[in-house]
Amino acid sequence: MTIDAVLFYVLAVVVIASALVVVGQRNPVYSAFALVVTFCALSAIYGLLGSPFIAVLQIVVYAGAIMVLFLFVLMLLNVRREEGPKRGKSMRVAAGVLALAFVAEVGYVVTIAERGSGSATFDASTKPMAELLFSPHFAYTFLATSVLIVAALVGAVVLAKKDEA
Amino acid sequence: MSPLAQELLAAVVKCVAIFAMLLTLFAVMTFIERRILAFMQFRLGPNRTGPFGVLQPAADGIKLFFKEELMPADADKWLFFAAPAVAIAAAFMAVAVVPYGPPFTLFGREWQLQIADLNVGILYIFAITSLGVYGLVLAGWAANNKYSLLGGLRSSAQMFSYELSLGLSWVGLIMCAGSFRINDIVNHQQGMFWHWNMFQHPVAFLVYFVAATAEVSRIPFDLPEGESELVAGFHTEYSSMKFALIQMAEYVNLISVAVLATHLFLGGWHPGIPGLPSVGPLGFVWFVLKVAFLLFVFIWLRGTLPRFRYDQLMDFGWKVLIPVVTLNVLVTGALVLAGILR
Repeated sequence: MTIDAVLFYVLAVVVIASALVVVGQRNPVYSAFALVVTFCALSAIYGLLGSPFIAVLQIVVYAGAIMVLFLFVLMLLNVRREEGPKRGKSMRVAAGVLALAFVAEVGYVVTIAERGSGSATFDASTKPMAELLFSPHFAYTFLATSVLIVAALVGAVVLAKKDEA
Repeated sequence: MSPLAQELLAAVVKCVAIFAMLLTLFAVMTFIERRILAFMQFRLGPNRTGPFGVLQPAADGIKLFFKEELMPADADKWLFFAAPAVAIAAAFMAVAVVPYGPPFTLFGREWQLQIADLNVGILYIFAITSLGVYGLVLAGWAANNKYSLLGGLRSSAQMFSYELSLGLSWVGLIMCAGSFRINDIVNHQQGMFWHWNMFQHPVAFLVYFVAATAEVSRIPFDLPEGESELVAGFHTEYSSMKFALIQMAEYVNLISVAVLATHLFLGGWHPGIPGLPSVGPLGFVWFVLKVAFLLFVFIWLRGTLPRFRYDQLMDFGWKVLIPVVTLNVLVTGALVLAGILR
């Protein structure tokens, strides 16, 4: 096995194990922290696949920004234990069905996926990424997403200010 | 030896060397900071241990080793233990991509004074420093102490308020250098000292310096540990070596902020006057001098300024720094587009 392969398997185990902790933990702060670990290990896998740019973005956006906010809210509300609706029998059945469907889906994709280095032609380093993002093909979608995010931001501020007026 | 083994060996040697260097610098900094602060306040500072008190850090280290390790009864054991580790890991990972001098040739091989030359180096640093906040947040939460929790909340709020301006202050330089790689940004500032980004992008430099001071929670932005209100903030409950680790993470962060400022704004290893040599180890000398000066400025600030109030801090971050730096990005972009700034 090459070093890459060894690293990949180690990281894959970390990703899966920490993802299991995220859903299995009753303590929300543990879950949030485990999710951060998942993101970091995932980002390392992106780096291993030769795309440091996406690897870094993964950490900046998810681990660095979104999860900090999650943890911040959890701490602000000081949630110690998971609270929520009681799990009835119907919920369990639905969850089981969904889980089975998901496993089937992933299994199907894995079996039909092309073996070998099918994706090696795409260069995901910074410059080609930027050129692609600002090419006419994606520019409008990119701009539309930006406008959407700004609108959401303004909306959040307006909603937060509502009580003060 | 195969090329791969050679590369790995070189990387391991560099890692160990940089670890040793930073740990030494941490010890030296604790001593120098106390001495300089003392002189600024007409005191003598620690001058009893060894000649001029230089053995003080060693004495402090021994003291911390033998202190009792306390674990608060209601603390969350796992996270209480993990938090200092997260803080120190993030602090050390950030310095993995900064160069310490120009590349040079020795024994017929090109040597880089740097562990990894990432082409997204500066973004990587941004990502890793944003992970550092978890150390503080978790430490504050895990101790199950009101002071710790409030300190942790404050530091997380402060960090992500100032992180934005910190990141945006780099955009102008990246536009001019056309690269995320730190080596490229440094080499972009070659020549006379007015080519340094500090003079080319003065607004960005000021914003970076202010935001970086806030990021490492130094005076005047040391609210997370404002002792008159919060005892010691997020690390109130920490003792012994865990306390030492947190302290170490803070100093390593401070050093990496100074190193980054040197590379991004002060021309890195370029002396600023053409003709002065800057090859190999000599470049390292220029670099060290600049970093030392910046570290002194941080101590100087600490000896000079009072602390902000919390609402002032937030107002300043969101209502002054972010608009200013956003405008700076727009203006820089326009100038670059017009070909005035390069």
